[in-house]
Amino acid sequence: MLDIGLSHYLSVAAILFTLGIFGIFLNRKNVIIILMSVELMLLAVNINLVAFSAHLYDLVGQVFAMFVLTVAAAEAAIGLAILMVYFRNRGSIAVEDISLMKG
Amino acid sequence: MNSFNYIELVRPALPEIFLALAVMALLMLGVFQKSGTEAAAADSARLVTGLSVVTLVLAVFLVGVDARGRDEAFCGMFVTDPFAVFWKILVLIGAALTLVMSGDYLVRKGLARFEYSILVLFATLGMMMMISANDLIALYLGLEMQSLSLYVIAAFQRDDARSSEAGLKYFVLGAVASGMLLYGSSLIYGFSGTTNFNDLAELFYAGQAQPPSIGVIVGLVFILSGLAFKVSAVPFHMWTPDVYEGAPTPVAAFFAAAPKLAAVALLVRVMIGPFGDLLPQWQQIIVFISIASMILGAFAAVNQRNIKRLMAYSSIGNVGYALIGLAAGDETGVRGVLIYMAIYLFMTLGTFACILAMKRGDRMVEEISDLAGLGKTHPMMALALAIFMFSLSGIPPLAGFFGKLYVFLAAIEAKLYALAVIGVLSSVVAAFYYIRVVKVAYFDDPVQPLDTPVNRSIGVVLVLTATIVLFFFAYPGPILTGAAAAAASLFGG
Repeated sequence: MLDIGLSHYLSVAAILFTLGIFGIFLNRKNVIIILMSVELMLLAVNINLVAFSAHLYDLVGQVFAMFVLTVAAAEAAIGLAILMVYFRNRGSIAVEDISLMKG
Repeated sequence: MNSFNYIELVRPALPEIFLALAVMALLMLGVFQKSGTEAAAADSARLVTGLSVVTLVLAVFLVGVDARGRDEAFCGMFVTDPFAVFWKILVLIGAALTLVMSGDYLVRKGLARFEYSILVLFATLGMMMMISANDLIALYLGLEMQSLSLYVIAAFQRDDARSSEAGLKYFVLGAVASGMLLYGSSLIYGFSGTTNFNDLAELFYAGQAQPPSIGVIVGLVFILSGLAFKVSAVPFHMWTPDVYEGAPTPVAAFFAAAPKLAAVALLVRVMIGPFGDLLPQWQQIIVFISIASMILGAFAAVNQRNIKRLMAYSSIGNVGYALIGLAAGDETGVRGVLIYMAIYLFMTLGTFACILAMKRGDRMVEEISDLAGLGKTHPMMALALAIFMFSLSGIPPLAGFFGKLYVFLAAIEAKLYALAVIGVLSSVVAAFYYIRVVKVAYFDDPVQPLDTPVNRSIGVVLVLTATIVLFFFAYPGPILTGAAAAAASLFGG
């Protein structure tokens, strides 16, 4: 049987984090996908923190993870609110439309 | 045991606690005011803004009076020292001056809502927590408190497509920056076993045998890129011009002043505090960021026609100069950063006060060409603008020259000659576009003059900042000694 250790958790977190970053910079369609990618990045961080916390027998990592969860919820709320305001003004949330200002 | 004094326990955080309670009280006050009509909303906004300025002034006194050397609270998560006091006073002044000069613009644009001052105050509270953070968790919470408020005020003009686009861009890129910072924090925590800055500093103490593990270095780079984002240094600067242009002008003024100072303060504390002995690892990164910011700030601004965009590139360049001091990584360097950012605060607020005074026929204008003939129609404002522009380009004896002098001196002492030379050269290029603004104001013929007179509260800010910038050379004492004490406190002196 394969033992699942710290390095496996770190690999999963690293893959999720990379997926999140790529989701933001390669996505050309929809702002909602960007918001989902941001959540993915934060969840990768949480996996990291909890895995380290279990590995180190130290609670601080889990406390940190709780704070990250809370702030991520607030951040998602504000992000969706700004997205609503944007949609009302432009009638679209396509990423290529977000280009009123350039230069 | 019962005589345990709880007030003493939280005393270092007294200004923050006061500010937090005051903001919540003001929020209640604003909510229960009548706001049915536009006029009633403007009245309640004026009341809350006035009280907010009073709150900020009181907070300055609380910060200044209670300064007693280094002091920790909340199990070492929160620290006050002369370094924190210096930055907090500047940030509070920046927020107060922004509130003073934004009233007229907001009323004119139909944005006079009390929520504006509340959000500015919440952001200021977050900045004070950032400056005093002594733990990765406290750092993250302070940073998010500031950022979440700033995302909202960037999109404050809800019916304007450009403002909401600015808010959206700032939100997305800011969230990515927070994510990178957090990922770095988690790696640092995992590979060192602690999030406290004192413990980290001890762990990375230079005298020990083994070098820091690769995980710590990767984490440090992630934290550095997250923070570079917040100070809008190249290569993480893309949001700055768009956000400054799209956001309402007082909001752009606020962005250029207080949050930038707080982010630089945080960057300096994190790099010098816990990671101070890893200087060889991060020095090259800071040198690169600094050079790239200075060069981009100098060249990208040359072709700008919108003065808010110009100021955005100018702020990128200015962060580059400030980072020269951090790259030096010693006490002289940090003192240079402190002096530079203190002077930058007044120069940038003054310039934005000029931009806020630019209106024609009750419409706000923001092209550089709209300044034509300012020297004839508004001699005082043109003079102030010329002072700020000459100071930003670093011409003696104005304050901006001394800011640059101290960081370049620090770079020379640290033997970073290339950095100093590139700094001087890029400031020559930057002088071109600053002085072009003066040329437009004094030598171009006015097409259509701007409205007179200038609003009184903007005039007060203009006179105040222009006086500070003009007479800094005669009376530099408070800033120089404050910066020296602050830098010394960071190096355990």
